[in-house]
Amino acid sequence: MSAAVVPRPDVVENRPGVRARRRHRALWFWIFTGPFFAGLMIFIYIPIVWSIYLSFFDARNTVTPTKFVGLANYTYLLTDPTFLRSLGTFVVFAAFIIPVTWASSLGLALLLNRVRVAKAFFRSVFFLPTACSYVIAAMIWRLSIFNGARFGLINIAIRALGGDDVNWLGGDGYWYWVALVSLRLWLQVGFYMILFVAGLQRIPADTYEAAALDGATGFRVFRFITLPQLRSTSAAVLLLVLIAAFQAFDEFYNSLITVGGYPPYAKPPLVYLYLISLGGNSQDLGLGSAGTIILTIIIAFVGLLQLRFFGLGRKEDRA
Amino acid sequence: MSIPGPVPRRRFLALGGGLAAAAALTACGSNTGRPSSGGASGGSSGGGPTLTQWYHQYGEDGVEDAVKRYAAAYDKAKIEVVWNVGDYEKAVGAALLTQKKPDVFEYGNGPTLDMISANQVLDLTEQISSAKDDFPASVLAPMTWKDKVWAVPQTIDMQMLYYRKSMLSKAGQQPPQTFDELISVAKAVATKSVGGFFAGNDSGFGVLANLMIWSAGAEQINSSNDGPGFVTSAVAAGLEQYRALKESGGLLGSASGDWSAPDPFVNGECAMMWNGLWNMPIFTSELKDDFGVIPFPKIGSGGRQAVPIGAFASCVTAQGTNPDAAKEFVRWLWVDNTADQLDFSTKYGFHIPARKSLVAKATNLTQGPAKDAVSFVEPLGHGPSQLWTPATSDAFLAAFSNVVLKGADAQKQLASAGETCTKEIKRLTS
Repeated sequence: MSAAVVPRPDVVENRPGVRARRRHRALWFWIFTGPFFAGLMIFIYIPIVWSIYLSFFDARNTVTPTKFVGLANYTYLLTDPTFLRSLGTFVVFAAFIIPVTWASSLGLALLLNRVRVAKAFFRSVFFLPTACSYVIAAMIWRLSIFNGARFGLINIAIRALGGDDVNWLGGDGYWYWVALVSLRLWLQVGFYMILFVAGLQRIPADTYEAAALDGATGFRVFRFITLPQLRSTSAAVLLLVLIAAFQAFDEFYNSLITVGGYPPYAKPPLVYLYLISLGGNSQDLGLGSAGTIILTIIIAFVGLLQLRFFGLGRKEDRA
Repeated sequence: MSIPGPVPRRRFLALGGGLAAAAALTACGSNTGRPSSGGASGGSSGGGPTLTQWYHQYGEDGVEDAVKRYAAAYDKAKIEVVWNVGDYEKAVGAALLTQKKPDVFEYGNGPTLDMISANQVLDLTEQISSAKDDFPASVLAPMTWKDKVWAVPQTIDMQMLYYRKSMLSKAGQQPPQTFDELISVAKAVATKSVGGFFAGNDSGFGVLANLMIWSAGAEQINSSNDGPGFVTSAVAAGLEQYRALKESGGLLGSASGDWSAPDPFVNGECAMMWNGLWNMPIFTSELKDDFGVIPFPKIGSGGRQAVPIGAFASCVTAQGTNPDAAKEFVRWLWVDNTADQLDFSTKYGFHIPARKSLVAKATNLTQGPAKDAVSFVEPLGHGPSQLWTPATSDAFLAAFSNVVLKGADAQKQLASAGETCTKEIKRLTS
């Protein structure tokens, strides 16, 4: 009997009222998402597609090139020792920044999670540097803290201890890495800490209670409960840190640029691409586009490898 | 160490050194390419067509008013002067790709080869022809391509080595004429609190790179314009000598300002410093006659003393509103109108008139170190080649730094940079 009173789905869908409601919903959907979608298309997707197009052309001083060069821009970059060295610079930077950022932000989140008083205060204090401009922070690092002159903050301390000045950013030794890595850590650890704090708060309390009943304490709880439960958060953090490391530009450029130009050391891929495609008086949009496509492919490849390593997207994650 | 902020006029010299300098840090120019109703533009009310003329933001007081005054005096066209704040080179490059391009614009050492190849600018050989011999050949060279002149120089700037007479004399030293002498003098005058020689907070790589080529008797690009001119044993020896300078302790690695600022020299942080003509009034005011100037010392027996020179030069856009009228305006202002040219070079800051015949009339350049500086321009001046691209410059800088900082083999490093240079020339000229 009940089957007799339930209308067939196609009958329901074709009722005039339902169709009108659906059109109404679609209209409001586009009213709300349309501007965002248009912005996304105009400022993100069309430029990406245009970059791909430009990368196959000799596009010097033009955005509407006519001289097709095939893979010449890609070949040029992939056989350019300076570009390959810049990828090496990224590897060194990433080798420091990824594990240290992960460990520092996780450590801060764990400490914050145990704090019983002024939790919001400490969370804000650690998060605050995230709101600081990379350019301004780079200026502070360069002009004050890591100034290589005798009145630089750290050099004053070194002199007070009887040491000699260190030319932090002048290319001597590898001291510039101390400035660059510490700057990036100061700027980003707070943000990833917040992600870990959110991840920690999602771990059910009864899991810890069950572990305690089983006699697990201290590091064993962290190793066998907290860390596995933060697997998704860790994967997200590592992926974001990796992408951010690849996109390193502001702090390198603003810390190291001089009136004579960017120095020949500590040159990550984006800085190099900027310098050869748009630096000085040049405007080689084909080469610059090819470089960004190469970087995008590398980021996507490494990111996918990372996700696979962490097993994200497996059935149990979706469950 | 100072922020490399907007470096008016002298910025082209940094560009000549290879890479874009620091004005991007403060870039804020949102420019429509056309005169606005705000304070950034102004100009003549003359008859005829309306033309736009772009300038970068000069640091010296009065330049903006002066160029608007020159424009207002022109009666064959209405000239709208646009005063660009921010990253000027990027603004010009972007504007030339749009419909709203300037009719006349200044550019460091003339237009790039890419601008010429892309037909963005016009040949000004005819406009400059009546006075071509009155411009120093070394100034015109960077704006000449295939025997055509693509810009008219407005005023000349230069760099040189400043030294404190009292500091050298106290150490019993004479101003260095050769690089070997530079090493020994820098070491002799250096103390715990005073550096011997300072050329920037990057150990001098950026600003001295080209000089390591020119002073060794070589050129950036070979005479047939198809390969590097810097892959020579003399340049290699020069890079190794620079390493010796750095290891001697005579090179000051970091100071209160970069090489383009007056502070390190005025504060007595170094006895010798690479700097520009633009700071000479400050040095004269602060140090009186306790300083002198010399060119960059020669490297090796086949070397020569050298100074980098450059000039902001006026270019005409090919697809402007009225190219013929724009060419005539450039001829009127920067070729025929010597009174305004002299005013532009001598009344605002410290520069050398682009016309040789006007130098004698520049009374502030007729004595002391300024007179010495002027004497360097014609015989010792060098400007960047159009074929010296950022990628080539970058490769040479990498070679320079690898030799000095990592002790790499100079010949191999130069050969590697030379390959990049050849590749770049092929790309540019294909």
